[in-house]
Amino acid sequence: MKKKEFSGSPLIEVKHLKKYFNVPAGTNHAVDDVSFTIHKGETLGVVGESGCGKSTLGRTIIRLLEATDGQVLLEGKDITHVQGEALKKVREQVQIIFQDPYSSLNPRLDISRTIKEPLKRSGRFRSRAELMKETAELMDLVGIDERLREAYPHELDGGRRQRVGIARALALRPKFIVCDEPVSALDVSIQAQVLNLLMDLQDEMGMAYMFVTHDLSVVRHISDNICVMYLGQLVEKCSTQELFSNNLHPYTKALLSAIPSTDVHNPMKRIQLKGEIASPINPKPGCRFASRCPHAADACREPQQLVEVSENHFVSCCRVAEIN
Amino acid sequence: MMAKEKINETTNKKRKKQSRFISTFKRVFETVPAKTGGILLIFIIALCVLAPVFAGCDPNEMDMANALAKPSLQHLCGTDNLGRDQWARILYGGRYSLALGIIGSLFAAVGGTSLGVIAGYFGGQTENLIMRFCDVWSAIPGTLLCIVISTALGPGFFNTIIALSIGAVPNGARMTRGQILAERTKEYLEAAEAMNCSKVSIMFKHLLPNVISPTIVGTTMGIGATITQAATLSYIGLGVQPPTPEWGAMLSAGKSYVTSFPHLLLYPGIAIGLTTLAINLMGDGLRDALDPKLRK
Repeated sequence: MKKKEFSGSPLIEVKHLKKYFNVPAGTNHAVDDVSFTIHKGETLGVVGESGCGKSTLGRTIIRLLEATDGQVLLEGKDITHVQGEALKKVREQVQIIFQDPYSSLNPRLDISRTIKEPLKRSGRFRSRAELMKETAELMDLVGIDERLREAYPHELDGGRRQRVGIARALALRPKFIVCDEPVSALDVSIQAQVLNLLMDLQDEMGMAYMFVTHDLSVVRHISDNICVMYLGQLVEKCSTQELFSNNLHPYTKALLSAIPSTDVHNPMKRIQLKGEIASPINPKPGCRFASRCPHAADACREPQQLVEVSENHFVSCCRVAEIN
Repeated sequence: MMAKEKINETTNKKRKKQSRFISTFKRVFETVPAKTGGILLIFIIALCVLAPVFAGCDPNEMDMANALAKPSLQHLCGTDNLGRDQWARILYGGRYSLALGIIGSLFAAVGGTSLGVIAGYFGGQTENLIMRFCDVWSAIPGTLLCIVISTALGPGFFNTIIALSIGAVPNGARMTRGQILAERTKEYLEAAEAMNCSKVSIMFKHLLPNVISPTIVGTTMGIGATITQAATLSYIGLGVQPPTPEWGAMLSAGKSYVTSFPHLLLYPGIAIGLTTLAINLMGDGLRDALDPKLRK
């Protein structure tokens, strides 16, 4: 676990971001009023179960999806609705690493062409020699052997493919990268390699990550701060250390109790959640976790606010004082 | 100094571009079947282009005394009911049939694929509009549509090609769109968007190469059908006008003699079959050459 101090103006500021999808059954509130900030060099982990809107959040921030409401500021500038040339500039500064290295690389492009694509699009490199040099540098940076330049994605294993994905994201030296579960499709041994690569690159180049995952041990390893998401909303947000030692929201407690323990003398005490997960389609006002929460009360039917209970520790639960 | 570098760059670029094209071209003919297909097609085209050399006589010269003659040394493929030399007619007819078949199928493939890619990539209302339009389009029988268009545009080589290709467009569009449905959720398209690729470049550079294989096979298989379709047109007085020879027209003219003089049907049939086979073999080679997974 790293410990870093972040101050000054934030790199990314997300304000009341909402992303709704219209589906036949109603409106799917995939991301509902999410706010947070990320500083330069920071890694923000976003955890939550499948379908809670983590990936949608990441994609909305970097403009692969259009936000329904709210704002995303990049270095103080609103990028939520920029178009044309301005959007191009934004996309050179924010990038994404995808979950599945088997579908995130175009099977018809070889490795060097995949990495070269963003370089070419940027128009920063005039000559072929420059492009070649930069491609080689990127491949070296992420640890892909030079002899694989003309290999195609299907000839590589998952770890190497993911490295190509990382090289492509890094190509234009972005300031912010959304890592959308970049290691969940990899073997555990390869996971560690890729995580360490990501951390080394961050130390070297100083970009910020938003690390989306459902793997708590991974997020503990890499994050400075963590957001816990449940059905499109943030329920708790604090530093990694705080989250694992002094978590306050009942959902976070249940989530963390699911981490397997290797200590035979102190077996895990799992908090079993009962009840169905509520639907994100036309959700009722009030706490979305209430239907499964062992501490639910009448007050939970009111809309919940994310409140700062101690320094840099936000919880969205009206009964937080009584529970803890 | 600068200028010199610039020249170097452009020549480098040219060389690289060329070498990729040439290496793909070489890979097409790597396998024995594709090589056979290529040689066969070149052979057929050469015969047709050099028809005056190999035919030995005028394809429209009638010799009623020798009408319906069996194949002999004098008439390699026999003669038809008007005593015209079949061999000469096949060679001369190939000029039209090959051009109509190949260009017509190519037009249909380009049109169908473009519509399919646009529909599949944009989805939603655009897709609905294009695909419903294709449904209506393909509800009209192909032959009928072909005749209507041909009548409206009048005879002529280019008009005939349009008439021939237009019936096959909806099928191509549907096939391409179906392929794209499986492909469009893949993350490499999002990645392309995130690196500022334009929509056109995503559609035609990233998406198209991954969905083109069935279209290549379908198109090469369809060339034979297009040639016979052209015959339908000339049969009712549209398309290529008699007495200009053309393979499909020879087939339909010969069909009344199928029991007594099968050679009238046999030789044009073989010509169409061989051409389709040759192009199909080459099409397979092209498909494999474009697929990096099949590289050695």
